Amino acid sequence: MASRHQLGEPVVVIEGVEKSFGSFPVLKDVSLTVRRGETVCIIGPSGSGKSTLLRCINGLVPISKGSIKVAGREVNDASLDKLSLRRDVGIVFQQYNLFPHKTALQNVMMAPIHVLKQDKAVVEERARRLLAKVGLSQKLLAYPGELSGGQQQRVAIARSLAMNPKVMLFDEVTAALDPETKKEVLVTIQDLAAEGMTCILVTHEMGFAREVADHVYFTDGGLIVEHGSPADVFGDPQEERTKGFLDKVL
Amino acid sequence: MRNGTTDLPVLKPFRAPAPIAPSGFAAPTMLGGGTLAAFAMLFGASLALAQVTARPVGESAVTVLLRWAPLIFQGFLFNILISFLSMALGTVIGVLVGIAQVSLVSSVRKTAWGVTQFFRNAPWLVLLFYAMFLLPFEFRLFGLTIAFPAWVKAIIGLALPVAANVSEIVRGGIRSIPSGQWESAEALAFTRAQTMWMIILPQAFKRMIPPWMNLYAILTMATTLISVVGIQDGLTITRAALVAESRPELMIPMYLLLLLMFFAYCYPIARATLALERRFNVKA
Repeated sequence: MASRHQLGEPVVVIEGVEKSFGSFPVLKDVSLTVRRGETVCIIGPSGSGKSTLLRCINGLVPISKGSIKVAGREVNDASLDKLSLRRDVGIVFQQYNLFPHKTALQNVMMAPIHVLKQDKAVVEERARRLLAKVGLSQKLLAYPGELSGGQQQRVAIARSLAMNPKVMLFDEVTAALDPETKKEVLVTIQDLAAEGMTCILVTHEMGFAREVADHVYFTDGGLIVEHGSPADVFGDPQEERTKGFLDKVL
Repeated sequence: MRNGTTDLPVLKPFRAPAPIAPSGFAAPTMLGGGTLAAFAMLFGASLALAQVTARPVGESAVTVLLRWAPLIFQGFLFNILISFLSMALGTVIGVLVGIAQVSLVSSVRKTAWGVTQFFRNAPWLVLLFYAMFLLPFEFRLFGLTIAFPAWVKAIIGLALPVAANVSEIVRGGIRSIPSGQWESAEALAFTRAQTMWMIILPQAFKRMIPPWMNLYAILTMATTLISVVGIQDGLTITRAALVAESRPELMIPMYLLLLLMFFAYCYPIARATLALERRFNVKA
């Protein structure tokens, strides 16, 4: 499948990454490259290290070996300014993790004001625009507890976007949602991808991956078993493990 | 088959039995009323007993009690003042030590943990003795002599165990916030201090309030310990009144009077604590 937009320079370059929790290896020699404007989906069975890989990209989880470069910056460098890395990398979690004591608008505005030290009026204007973009202009003053799961997840996406990241990571963001609200969130992500945002998604939504991804990675047991265009991976998988997995989930 | 009219017990819809205890607002009112009535009856009985057993018959027990009541009440108010000040001091110290208990620096964390455990597991009276006899009665600062009267030392002595307990309350409150909050704050590039003050503590605050109020009620009752180290509080005055009257049969109603004052003050706090706990539980 031909890419729908011009692909730019590599934004995320992962080379030979290994990670163990104690003596248990979660990632064994993982390498992948994501270019600017590209949408990449990582699929695979539970416990294959997908979520860990995402958390390694923004430095939430330190890696044991290898190299991860984000916008030319080595993540595994002790002298790295973690704050500057995280301004470039937005992440959205499965459990939304909104701040329950703040309204939707405040959730979006907090980090730009207190972390980026931007002017409040400018931030508020941007926050309102972002919340309108994810379809929540009616819910600006609602608290997370008053929103549905799908709405909370869209606030979480707006909150990450407010930092103007270079790449967005999505960690099974629809796994806790019912089919109806799932759709709202997926459409939001699809719009983002279409606008040229670099997105890396860990997902169990095979249909979505097939439709939106430029590149699909299938992981199992801490390894990338197979990767390629969605048409290749879904339509004509080469590896037995990929076939077995796709047979079970499709 | 007839709908909904089966005799088979397994198919009958489950109905929870009606609650035995009264619920809602009725419960605290009725329980509180009942307890107060019981106290009043006990108080009346003790007065009557004192009246009957008095040898030789002098002034009535009620007259004596009324004469001393204002003074005892003043002493009681002093207990309340001490409880306020120790709680304030203990809370300030306790919050700082509690936050230190979740520090990323292991030496800070371990020190805070050690201090907390030490003062939390020490008898309050022993700590009070240490504060009274180890602290100087005055100290000099830049040529200024600052007096350190006994009641100030008592406040410090009581604040020590309070601080240790507040420290545990704060630590527990912080730990009760899901780790996802830390994670998402970290991913948004908040510093640890910002995360603590803007995201974690505001959420933990309401969970800390009930145990903190509970601690305050316990502290208020414990303030009578200061009479042991020679400070004139409600208990000291009550004892002095008994000595002055030299009527041993008045011992029970006299102490009961002081007890009632503490009860009237602490019991509503205990009820409010329970009510708050219930409310937060429903929301959580």
